Amino acid sequence: MTKQHRYLPTTEQDRKDMLDTIGVSSIKELFSDIPESTRATKEKAIELEEALSEQSLTKHMKELASKNTTTETHAYFLGAGTYDHYSPSIVNHVLLRSEFMTAYTPYQPEASQGELQALFEFQTMMCELTGMDVANSSLYDGFTSLGEACNLATSATKKQDVLYSKALHPQAKEVIQTYAYGMEYSVKEVGLNGTATDLDALKSSITDETAAVIIQYPNFFGTIEDLKEIKGLLEDSKGVLIVMANPLALALLESPGKLGADIVVGDTQPFGLPMSYGGPHCGYFAVKKKYMRKVPSRIVGQTVDKDGKRGFVMTLQTREQHIRREKATSNMSSNQALTALGSSVFLAAVGKVGLQKMAQQNINHAHYVKKELENKGMTVISESNFFNEFVVKLKRPLNEVTNILLDNQIIGGYDVSNELNEENAMLLCVTEKRTREEMDKLVSILTVEGK
Amino acid sequence: MTTTYDDLLFEISKPGRIGYSLPESSIDQTDLTELVPDHLIREEPAALPELSELQVMRHYTGLSNKNFGIETGFYPLGSCTMKYNPKINEDIARYPGFAQIHPLQPEKTAQGALEMMYRLEENLKEVTGMDAISLQPAAGAQGEWAGLLIFKAYHHANGEGDTRRKILVPDSAHGTNPASAIVAGYDVVEIKSNREGRVGVEALKEAVGPDTAGLMLTNPNTLGLFEVDIVEIAQIVHEAGGLLYYDGANANAILGKSTPGEMGFDVVHLNLHKTFSTPHGGGGPGSGPIGVKEYLKDFMPAPRIEKEDDDYSLSYTHPQSIGRVKGYYGNFGVNVRAYSYIRSMGAEGLQQVSEDAVLHANYLKARLEPYYDTPYKDHCKHEFVLSGMRQKKLGVRTLDIAKRLLDYGFYAPTVYFPLIVEECLMIEPTETEAKEQLDAFADALIAIAKDAEDNPDMVTGAPYTKAVKRLDEVTAARKPIVVYQKD
Repeated sequence: MTKQHRYLPTTEQDRKDMLDTIGVSSIKELFSDIPESTRATKEKAIELEEALSEQSLTKHMKELASKNTTTETHAYFLGAGTYDHYSPSIVNHVLLRSEFMTAYTPYQPEASQGELQALFEFQTMMCELTGMDVANSSLYDGFTSLGEACNLATSATKKQDVLYSKALHPQAKEVIQTYAYGMEYSVKEVGLNGTATDLDALKSSITDETAAVIIQYPNFFGTIEDLKEIKGLLEDSKGVLIVMANPLALALLESPGKLGADIVVGDTQPFGLPMSYGGPHCGYFAVKKKYMRKVPSRIVGQTVDKDGKRGFVMTLQTREQHIRREKATSNMSSNQALTALGSSVFLAAVGKVGLQKMAQQNINHAHYVKKELENKGMTVISESNFFNEFVVKLKRPLNEVTNILLDNQIIGGYDVSNELNEENAMLLCVTEKRTREEMDKLVSILTVEGK
Repeated sequence: MTTTYDDLLFEISKPGRIGYSLPESSIDQTDLTELVPDHLIREEPAALPELSELQVMRHYTGLSNKNFGIETGFYPLGSCTMKYNPKINEDIARYPGFAQIHPLQPEKTAQGALEMMYRLEENLKEVTGMDAISLQPAAGAQGEWAGLLIFKAYHHANGEGDTRRKILVPDSAHGTNPASAIVAGYDVVEIKSNREGRVGVEALKEAVGPDTAGLMLTNPNTLGLFEVDIVEIAQIVHEAGGLLYYDGANANAILGKSTPGEMGFDVVHLNLHKTFSTPHGGGGPGSGPIGVKEYLKDFMPAPRIEKEDDDYSLSYTHPQSIGRVKGYYGNFGVNVRAYSYIRSMGAEGLQQVSEDAVLHANYLKARLEPYYDTPYKDHCKHEFVLSGMRQKKLGVRTLDIAKRLLDYGFYAPTVYFPLIVEECLMIEPTETEAKEQLDAFADALIAIAKDAEDNPDMVTGAPYTKAVKRLDEVTAARKPIVVYQKD
């Protein structure tokens, strides 16, 4: 092939010159080590559609994108782990800086100080929010962070049972079951009392073999669990308390660290990251100091250069797969450094006071909708101890109501009928982005159509 | 590249400054005190910074100036495939139709997203020669783990789950391979490479047995060498009842030339952030889809995408599935970029990618051979290794060479890996670098080799031109400071 591609700089003349230097007559010779029986031939060549010009590519991708309903046209009252929040424009501008975006893991710290410092700041802010001592520089997402926390807990306690609340995100449950299948420990569910964890059931489930108890904070249904009371149940146990927390709620809720959590994980998607159909988001992972050397994946540490100047490096690397191979604390190599950077920019812009205000707006909006629904005769299953999500009971099947909402430019809530064993239970989320008009419209449709 | 900007966010913060504008809201306040007991209300606000918008931008611009990306310069990091990340794909991933959609919104409102995923899966089937793809794994290591759990589920289904407990891994393998095997619950057996840098058929024959769950292999391997005995290797493992895993980190060498499917692999992962041009982001997000042969389909992570006529849907009912490895459907935004790349290249373009990547690697190797030890003489694929043993005798270590390269305006190659090569430099030039760039890099390495002879102290003192000089990594690990401490 001699057609030149815009991403490939090598010309026919270059190829000739390079082959000469190498001392072979053709490129084919460089591939002669591939056994003939496995080689692609004309008959079994890979077949893909024709290469597209930039213009045709954008046309094709715009067509695909146009088939999706987006926040541009619809008001989202759907949360359930992924949220439509405000993100300052500068987040995207920083992420587009190619020095960050196109760099690899900072193996050469002297040429990667920008990334390393930004991740050090990320770790610091996650520790501030969670009340923990040490945070890593990100994992794939909140659910895989939870899986890693289970691996840490079972390995640190040398115990085999992980207890999780039924009020945990259903996909988080699935992911930790997969982790447990890998490392061969057991996971057991503790039931509900209303939309919160049944603490009596939890108390009687804790045994000598309990490695960890997992509580979501606020939980999957939006309800704010009493971590202090739960920590109390673990008093006589070696089991650790793992909290999966929505970091936005931590602007106003007491930090899990202060309430006794040993490991805090979650996803920073609410901090400036687009929903992007579920990823890339950004898992965070924070622990009490005694677990520092068992943390998975990259941690950035502060040091000095040979002139005594402050600098940053990846540290405690003897935990990691590229050094310790089969003795590593985890197999993770790539993490979510860029989305961690995005969340850092978000936190830097929104800041100490802004984050509290934003969290407060979420509470205000969600509780406004809840009160309006109740005033108009709807049954709200959740008690009032929720953050920005709560469960409302409809009288009609959810998919019917969802379709009516859709016709009115609203993406309705998530169906939690199975999780709560209640017919037609919808988990609604109301963020700071929802306007009074949108909220009133939702209420009026639900009270007419959902009644 | 060099900048004097050294402040942390927390050091430039001042109470009262803001860098945001939240939406206006006229909704009455609901006090948290009415909702939860006092001990669940935060006593001390998190000490986050307080900055104006320009301060935030200047901070991160300052930091970015101390960072090195592909657009800054040549990035020859072996096994990482630091090719150009097309800008148009960034535009596309930011279309609201891809970025501003919720993973749990009704499927009928996300048909374009599902179609993109379906099309990408079809393309990756073609490139890998496999029968089914899951886009769920977030990165290569997660793909490995998912793949090994599929091994496990397969052996369990055959009643051999309790006996087949060992995963064979060559000593040249990426560190993730043995680590992934452990978190999949396996024991690791290391296979020594032969003198040619490849998996020895005899050593393999001795290692396999009724306790073998499978073999993990990177092909071409981390030395950049194609495993020429792959057909026999596959046969040996299969005859012993094991399965073959393909670590796709080095797939950039074989696009359109061969497929893991043809070579006999049962499960593969690809690193879309390597071979398929999506940006590495300073460590992630990546995307590590896995592909399997027909007989392993039922064990794949759920949900899976299905197409009926022109309708796309997610199917959740797969009782033999290993389950979910990650939230939702993988790193969707990364997958949008990879799909855009594949559509920009086409089959011929991808083949050209591998041809040029291999040509470039062999060219660099040929230019550097007189100056550095080359432990393996065969032609390489997309990357190759040098050994700095000759320079070590002069008091200059590979680490010093790597640091000195930074002063020349390059990033350093992967160093001290693979572990089986002493003072290793692992170089992967990729197809997107022009010959002039390759020559400049070769000239720099040759100059450094000469300096190692004439002026070794100068090399061991590098780098001189970066934001910081050589950093003390030992103290950082001994007395870890991992969060900001005032004064």
